[in-house]
Amino acid sequence: MWLKIEARPAPSVRMKYLSPLIAVALTLMTGVIFSAFMSLNPLNTFHAFFISPIDDWYGLGELGVNAIPLVLIGTGLAIGFRSNVWNIGAEGQLAMGAIFGGGVALYFYEQEGAYVLPLMFVMGALGGMFWASIPAFLRTRFNTNEILVSLMLNYVAILILSYLVHDLWRDPDGFNFPESRLFSESSTLPIVLEGTRLHFGVVIALGAVALAWVFVRKSFLGYQMQVAGMANAAALYAGFKRKRMVWVGLLSGGLAAGVAGLMEVAGPIGQLLPSVSPGYGYAAIIVAFVGRLHPFGILLAGLLMSLLYLGGESAQMDLGLPSAVTGVFQGMLLFYLLAADLFINFRMRRDTAGSRVAGAGL
Amino acid sequence: MTETIVGILLATLGAGTPLVFATLGELITEKSGVLNLGVEGMMLIGAVCGFAAAAESGSLWFGVVISMFAGGGMALLFGILTLTFQANQVAAGLALTIFGIGTSAYIGLDYTSVTLPNIDPIQLPFLSDIPVIGRLLFSLDPLIYLSFAMFGAISWFLYRTKGGLVLRAVGESPESAVSLGHHVIAIRYLAVWFGGAMAGLGGAYLALVYTPLWVEEMTAGRGWIALALVVFSTWRPSRVMVGAYLFGGVTIVQFHIQGFGVDIPSQLLSTLPYLATILVLVLISRDIHTIRLNAPASLGKPYHPDL
Repeated sequence: MWLKIEARPAPSVRMKYLSPLIAVALTLMTGVIFSAFMSLNPLNTFHAFFISPIDDWYGLGELGVNAIPLVLIGTGLAIGFRSNVWNIGAEGQLAMGAIFGGGVALYFYEQEGAYVLPLMFVMGALGGMFWASIPAFLRTRFNTNEILVSLMLNYVAILILSYLVHDLWRDPDGFNFPESRLFSESSTLPIVLEGTRLHFGVVIALGAVALAWVFVRKSFLGYQMQVAGMANAAALYAGFKRKRMVWVGLLSGGLAAGVAGLMEVAGPIGQLLPSVSPGYGYAAIIVAFVGRLHPFGILLAGLLMSLLYLGGESAQMDLGLPSAVTGVFQGMLLFYLLAADLFINFRMRRDTAGSRVAGAGL
Repeated sequence: MTETIVGILLATLGAGTPLVFATLGELITEKSGVLNLGVEGMMLIGAVCGFAAAAESGSLWFGVVISMFAGGGMALLFGILTLTFQANQVAAGLALTIFGIGTSAYIGLDYTSVTLPNIDPIQLPFLSDIPVIGRLLFSLDPLIYLSFAMFGAISWFLYRTKGGLVLRAVGESPESAVSLGHHVIAIRYLAVWFGGAMAGLGGAYLALVYTPLWVEEMTAGRGWIALALVVFSTWRPSRVMVGAYLFGGVTIVQFHIQGFGVDIPSQLLSTLPYLATILVLVLISRDIHTIRLNAPASLGKPYHPDL
């Protein structure tokens, strides 16, 4: 008697929403086994990872601070992913948003004015979209693979940022450290929850989730992009314009990542540094998948991923585990999710001797 | 002057060799119709495992063997996801890279300040005494010779053996291959595994010979450049070699440009290999017919008998 994998007559909706939960459960179980292997008490590890980072208001605020870029970028990327437009350049688009928006802050250094922050938002958005427009243009004009181009541009953007903070934009009073001046009051995001670092970005991220939901659910273009993702041939037959989808798919990710990058430097960081993101642009890809490419799902997945980041930091402090553990579990979560997704389209069947004979009779 | 040029050419060979290994491996994987975007992750895992094994055992060759097992193991993980569990190949490849970056950083923590002895070049008798050519071709480190041998073996396998024909058939039309009695999934598993072992070897060359150090994320995008080189090569081994050394050259030239008195900040010079990759991709991809003609027809598409 063997287990046989066979196609379901129709994809299971229940499995589609169950699969992320299974993946999270399996990741947790692996964590327990891992900590037993490291001769750590699993309960202590669990506590250090998931409870102690968020057992006070400050910790909850940090959960939000990390979730803001993850949810925002995940939402933007998902719009492209739904139509099989693979933007994996969010890390670079984030850096470009930080450069463009941060450049405004440095230009208006010590100038008070209500116009500075809005201008930073506009430039951050434009920076991210500019960087995403390169793979979009090359894809639509020269048929160049957007995965490889957007990924290569991550390295380029981060090198440009590194050049700026080492050279052109280095703080003149900063003892030669590779960092820009600290942004003035007028170019820093307001805090929305007293006693925490939770900033105005939370409004932007939630607004983006709502906006994306309206786009996906209510707009004709959102519908076209979903059709193209599920059945490209049908979309082509219906005459949906592929080039427009590529542009919208890439620019929405670039817009989100650019704004997220601007908000990192105008919020928690407060200046330009050689590194402005602990891999948010890559983690947001996982967030988009775990959230089932659905805006509300991405909100939940973003909070979960944010907790993984915080848990990694707190496990480092409480248990002496290296912070690299976070990356291991991020990758593992996506592995389990992809494996569990098998059961959306397939199911296990006992392949008994009888059915084999019956099959042979056909 | 000759001295400088020989130096640059030798450095180019060294910088190109990790790309030769990784790209030839991915070429075989893609010939079977599977697109594994996890090359960067497999290279990193190969690099760190090979480095750790060499540091612990004191034997570089043991490190090389372990790196192939480690890269191959990562590839099998990808195979289980995409071939058995029918996962999307793009998503699974990304997962492999993210997992590889995190896991290699974790494994490598204890090895960041370890150094390894240099591998001695093999001096071929008499031949290595020929001026210029002797140094360029006949006194190289053994892994470079291995990369030449791999190129020869893969070219021969793909175009001169029945196995190569079957592999290409699986990549062009899995349905036809099945009807001829070939086991598509098993062949794809083998091709994916081979790609991973070669990526691991490429990583090992970086960590054991080229630097020889372990540094977090030391591949710096070479896995992705390898993927671009497969497209550049239009899936032909000989053009893989051209592409890999071209990129080795670009990496090396950036170190020498400043020496020639050109005043460009080092960070901006470091963008050259990435910008060159994009340029090369654009030049190749703009001709859609070449790509259609040469790319394995089932590349990236899942295969399941029920579908």
